[in-house]
Amino acid sequence: MEKTKTRNSLLRNAGVQSLLASLLCILIGLLVGYLVLLAINPAGAGKAIATIVRNFFYYPSPSAQMKYLGSTLVKTSPLLLCSLSVLFAYKVGLFNIGAAGQYVVGAGASLYCALALDMPWYLCLLAAVAAGALLGALSGVLKAYCNVNEVISCIMLNWISLYMVNTLLTNVKEYSSPYTLTLASTNPGALIPSLGLGSLFNNNQYVTIAIPLAVLVTVVIWVLLEKTKLGYELKATGFNKDAAQYCGMREKQNIILTMAIAGGLAGMAASLLYLTGFEQWSCTQSAVPAMGFNGIAAAFLGGLNPIGTIFSSYFIQHITSGGAYVDKTMYSSQISDFISALIIYLCGFVLFFKYALNNRLDRRAEREARAAQAAANQEGGER
Amino acid sequence: MALLVQYTLIFASVLVLVALGGCFSEHSGVINIGLEGIMVMGALGGALMLNFLPPETSAFMVVVLTVLAAVALGAVYSLLLAVAAVSFKADQTIVGTAMNLLGTAAATVFVKAMNTSINPNNVSSTIQYIAAKKAFLVKLGGFEFNWFMLLAAIALACSYVLLYKTRFGLRLMACGEHPSAADSVGINVYKMRYAGVLISGILGGLGGIVYITAGVSEWKFENGVAGFGFLSLAVMIFGQWRPSRIALAALLFGLFRALSNVYTGFDFLMALNLPSSVYNMLPYIISLVVLAFTSGKSRAPKAEGIPYDKGQR
Repeated sequence: MEKTKTRNSLLRNAGVQSLLASLLCILIGLLVGYLVLLAINPAGAGKAIATIVRNFFYYPSPSAQMKYLGSTLVKTSPLLLCSLSVLFAYKVGLFNIGAAGQYVVGAGASLYCALALDMPWYLCLLAAVAAGALLGALSGVLKAYCNVNEVISCIMLNWISLYMVNTLLTNVKEYSSPYTLTLASTNPGALIPSLGLGSLFNNNQYVTIAIPLAVLVTVVIWVLLEKTKLGYELKATGFNKDAAQYCGMREKQNIILTMAIAGGLAGMAASLLYLTGFEQWSCTQSAVPAMGFNGIAAAFLGGLNPIGTIFSSYFIQHITSGGAYVDKTMYSSQISDFISALIIYLCGFVLFFKYALNNRLDRRAEREARAAQAAANQEGGER
Repeated sequence: MALLVQYTLIFASVLVLVALGGCFSEHSGVINIGLEGIMVMGALGGALMLNFLPPETSAFMVVVLTVLAAVALGAVYSLLLAVAAVSFKADQTIVGTAMNLLGTAAATVFVKAMNTSINPNNVSSTIQYIAAKKAFLVKLGGFEFNWFMLLAAIALACSYVLLYKTRFGLRLMACGEHPSAADSVGINVYKMRYAGVLISGILGGLGGIVYITAGVSEWKFENGVAGFGFLSLAVMIFGQWRPSRIALAALLFGLFRALSNVYTGFDFLMALNLPSSVYNMLPYIISLVVLAFTSGKSRAPKAEGIPYDKGQR
């Protein structure tokens, strides 16, 4: 009796329910991914899914593993910020699918400041934040004053930013390739300093303070949302715009501010990747980078909790990086994108999962209460 | 000039088809953000059919079978949205977004697997249909008529009649405006919403195959459909969820999309000396501006996006 009670209350805990739901999403996502691999080519399916899940453990030596763990972390920090961007807007009732575009302008601004204007890294980073915030605010203004659905405006802005950034960065690209100049050769001062972190990961030069910086920003966002008046106001606006307005909150400004913060986060995300020199921007890319969209997956998988997103971002990046190692003669690396898309789809069912679980628990509690009542009645009758 | 008209009409056909799809779904009360993914799936179905039909198939059969394949795959894929949004009351924005990502990823994985199984060195996600595509085209002087243009016009007329002149359409719209009122007079809201989403899957899938055969003879599925599903949603909003206005909106947007294909043929546009990316951006910029001015007095179905729960009256 005592035991079931503790188990019940544990299952009723919202955090535990979110965790369970996320684990279930991951499990089903991987299972379906495995089935798809099986359908494509049964011979290597088991090995391929293991490769995706193992990621850097693909390398036999511990030092190489450490190095590629570092590389996964390098790409986790921008993903973390993208997912924070989505999460922050979602808490205020806005769906920031524009994280992808804000990420693009962030990349454009930081690389242009670094390569054309010779700025140091912290100014490039600030430029990225500003560019992303501006683009986010634009969606916010359109939503607040013109009633344009933020999802549609964000998508349009995603494509507009992609073409704009491609044009802008063509000015600073390598002569014979579509890629932008490397930071190391043009402006080493724009590289985010490593402060010795790289040596922890077998001298992975791309491991920089960007990673702890991303975690720091996560904590700040958590504090902002949960512990400050502003966060409370923003969330209240998300719950009920009209009620918030009635209480004297300026709901239009709150919407714009939210989108600006969300945009700033996504813009910063790009600078944390491109200012490490890990990747160069390809000025001919014809698709918006997936980072912003993966941020959606990470945000929902993390149960819409900033701390949860740290783990979910790592997981999404882990399988995305792992996808690069699958046997290309049989499968394509996009199988990871497929799995993370599937996970987002499943996250849509989380609400239903919690509802069903609570319903079950309620019914069980009721049954037990009735049994206890009956037992008590019987006891009373015997007396 | 004929080229501009031709491209405008074919892109407008895509936009009309997909926007009408969105229209049916939203009138039933389900927001269909996943149209982009549905288009990719329809495109995949059609492209596979084009690719695998024996070359001696008659042109008529090619058209019919391709359309059927696109429609079937689009409809099946839209079930993902219907099941999640109607039966499980899931958040429609999340599910729609997931469907867009899933559509592109699934199509890429599938096409790459297919290409490598035919030729181990081919790891591209491209399908070609240069010869088979000719079945859709009829040369009329300098103008290339495409059967899909006719199909879009028929779909437009049918949609108008279906929505406003039949019992089904009026009931469908009731479910998007006030589902509990509809339920109280014996309309099955769940069934109606399933129907709305399925019709959007059919039209979205058809739009997908039209899009990837418009102007090109091969398609790289890694790129999805480049935001065209969302452009169609913009067309739908600009068209105020009404078929006749959707058609006009589609023509306008189609014109701007066509410009990016044919602007080099116009001396005065070339004289402006704008980079090609400006023309690529144009449809998206125009749609933003247009939406900013027209969304204020939106006539969106009142209950769209809200899952219907019979227990909550």
